[in-house]
Amino acid sequence: MSDTNSLLEARGIGKAFLGITALDGVDFTLERGEIHALLGENGAGKSTLIKILTGVYSRDHGTMRLDGADVTPASVAEAQGLGIGTVYQEVNLLENLTVAENLFLGRQPRRFGLIDRREMRSRSKALLERYGLDIDVDALLSSYSVAVRQLVAIARAVDLSGKVLVLDEPTASLDAHEVEMLFAVLRRLREQGLGIIIITHFLNQVYAVADRVTVLRNGRLVGTRKLAELPRLELISMMLGRELQHITREHQAQDETVASTAEAPIRFSGYGKRGSVAPFDLDIRPGEVVGVAGLLGSGRTETAFLLFGIDRADSGTATVDNQQITLSSPEAAIASGFGFCPEERKTDGIIGDFSVADNIALAVQARQGWAKPISSREKAALAENFIKSLDIRPADPNRQMKFLSGGNQQKAILARWLATEPRLLILDEPTRGIDIGAHAEILKMIEKLCADGMSLVVISSELEELTAIAHRVIVLSDRKHIAELKGDRVTADNIMQAIAAPARTEAA
Amino acid sequence: MIHTRNLPFVTTLGIFVIAYALCVLQFPNMLSTRVIGNLLTDNAFLGIAAVGMTFVILSGGIDLSIGSVIAFTSVFVAVLVGSLGVHPLIAFAAVLVISTLFGSLMGAMIRYLGIPPFVVTLAGMFLARGAAYLISTESVPISHEMIDTIQGFYFRFPGGGRLTALAILMLLVFIIGAFIAGRTRFGANVYAIGGSQQSAELMGVPVGSTTVGIYALSGFLSGLAGIAYTLYTSSGYSLATVGVELDAIAAVVIGGTLLTGGVGLVAGTFIGILIQGLIQTYIVFDGTLSSWWTKIVIGILLFVFIVLQRGIIWYSNRRLAEGRLKEI
Repeated sequence: MSDTNSLLEARGIGKAFLGITALDGVDFTLERGEIHALLGENGAGKSTLIKILTGVYSRDHGTMRLDGADVTPASVAEAQGLGIGTVYQEVNLLENLTVAENLFLGRQPRRFGLIDRREMRSRSKALLERYGLDIDVDALLSSYSVAVRQLVAIARAVDLSGKVLVLDEPTASLDAHEVEMLFAVLRRLREQGLGIIIITHFLNQVYAVADRVTVLRNGRLVGTRKLAELPRLELISMMLGRELQHITREHQAQDETVASTAEAPIRFSGYGKRGSVAPFDLDIRPGEVVGVAGLLGSGRTETAFLLFGIDRADSGTATVDNQQITLSSPEAAIASGFGFCPEERKTDGIIGDFSVADNIALAVQARQGWAKPISSREKAALAENFIKSLDIRPADPNRQMKFLSGGNQQKAILARWLATEPRLLILDEPTRGIDIGAHAEILKMIEKLCADGMSLVVISSELEELTAIAHRVIVLSDRKHIAELKGDRVTADNIMQAIAAPARTEAA
Repeated sequence: MIHTRNLPFVTTLGIFVIAYALCVLQFPNMLSTRVIGNLLTDNAFLGIAAVGMTFVILSGGIDLSIGSVIAFTSVFVAVLVGSLGVHPLIAFAAVLVISTLFGSLMGAMIRYLGIPPFVVTLAGMFLARGAAYLISTESVPISHEMIDTIQGFYFRFPGGGRLTALAILMLLVFIIGAFIAGRTRFGANVYAIGGSQQSAELMGVPVGSTTVGIYALSGFLSGLAGIAYTLYTSSGYSLATVGVELDAIAAVVIGGTLLTGGVGLVAGTFIGILIQGLIQTYIVFDGTLSSWWTKIVIGILLFVFIVLQRGIIWYSNRRLAEGRLKEI
């Protein structure tokens, strides 16, 4: 298998955490002088694979060869020593140190046992000049932009390792110009024979800079392909795990009229936030389920954060019943009758040590103000009511939330918002990590809620789920709302095509 | 040009100079080498301990055991030398080994058992204090030829001031401390851990050995401070130096070190000590003020510095954000 050009070769890599398989027999080959993109949705196993390659985790199965020799890096430092350097997205360099100190941490030039600052400074300057950076290396790293920090991190990693460079979402917080600057550096490093692994969500960037792509899904290898020979649509179907059945471009102009006649009581226009989501228009009618589709990192969750006031929009207006409202905080959103079930249920949704009843009562309490506590009788009645109607198990309102299964936790969070009788409920990945039975129940519940006249915004990476429940689907890509599908056009194929369209199709 | 990084230190220095000038305006006698010499001698043990505390706080930790370790050291040395007739040098060596080991042990617990420094050193504080009581609950006087020699040793400043052995010891500790922090890999690692332990680890910093080293250093310097205290008071007393760790923390923070770690200078702590000493001296000169005014002024200064640090962080973040907007 090993051709002469392969630099890093991983075969049959497997890893399980507490009995749950995170990676299952994944093969990965990085060649000398190539930029290799690693793609996959949340939980696909990208970061597990990277962490195994860079010595953060140890692998359970498989072999790893670097330059033809078997290696098993047991720590980041060891991987660095072998020649594998990593630049992480956020946790990276130290902002409280100067640029030079960051570049030479742990390997400072010394004279008579003391750090030779002058030598360190001149070497830092020389090193950064190779990357086209002419900056004051004695200034704190925190005084520079993210793009410069990123380049400093790359300079350090390459200088330290020199064979393999792993970049974990390097462009997440860069603007277009900075991305170009970064890519120019990567191309130059490629010419020097480095193997570069890049993890990113932005397909445009994958096509712009990478030579080959490896797609993972659910801990398994979907495939490794040359990007020049891989149509965008096929790449997306690899990522979303759905075979393209019938690519039709027929009824495009039809079905635009459905329900759009009714005046929407909740409207967002030109709503957006710089660096988060480009301004978008969104009308939401009673009894309507608006689906939000897009790849990971396309701006789905950011859209939800804007709608619920977690992030403050810096452009556009929001109106409810023709009254302009300011969504400056979740509290304000709740006051306007909004509710939000976040994606990260464990960290953002539940309070694990509180009882089920307390968790359910939280939003009602927040809505009526903390000065007026809900009596324990009201709380018990509320809990009992929802435990029954949503079939939360075990049916014990005093059970601590953390002991419930994922599905039941999700139901309890739904109950929390339903108790406030919201007019708009935003659900971010409502069925992630939930068993199939509960999955169906939650979908059924969503249908019932909108039949009762509630509006829902549902974010999901499960296309089947979206097409099953949504009346309309907003498609996001690269932090823009690029398309809106209605009625018959809400199909998985159409969504994938919309995501794949490289140019922006303005929202219909 | 002043980097924002050094702004807290420069501010502290400015406050000290202004405060000293104001004191001198009111009491011209305060501008004398005698006052300065006494100030250094009186605060020598606190200064030595504060250097250790500087490293601990720079790494993002805290060491609450310092006062107790000083008390333990002084009682231990006093009993060994005063009651048992052991040579002071042997007693000093023994107590430094014990306090260093004690510090290393706390560092190891913090690192390898993942217990927060606050909790570990709180336990250490009770443990050391208890051990001091166990040795003796009395104030143990100490007298030895060598100790008398050390106590009697001084350089004479022009103007009648005395630079005592204790003051020299403290100054040496500050100078060596500043070198360790600024010019060694160990020092760089301390700053790195204080910036972000996770990042430091990912950048290959030996976090384990560095953490143990930091608390070992703090333990060693607490022991040394205890020796200085014993020499200063010519006795050992298990009830002494209660709360000295808090004075040390105050000196470090007033000296411009960020309580969250990663930013600060050993030299700043020196100024912090001088400011505390200056306030005490002023109260002595005034003669009518309660000595508790020291605490009140230090409290106010601490507030000012914490707010100042917040302000600097806020300001530099805003400047960075503005810079980004311009680029776009």
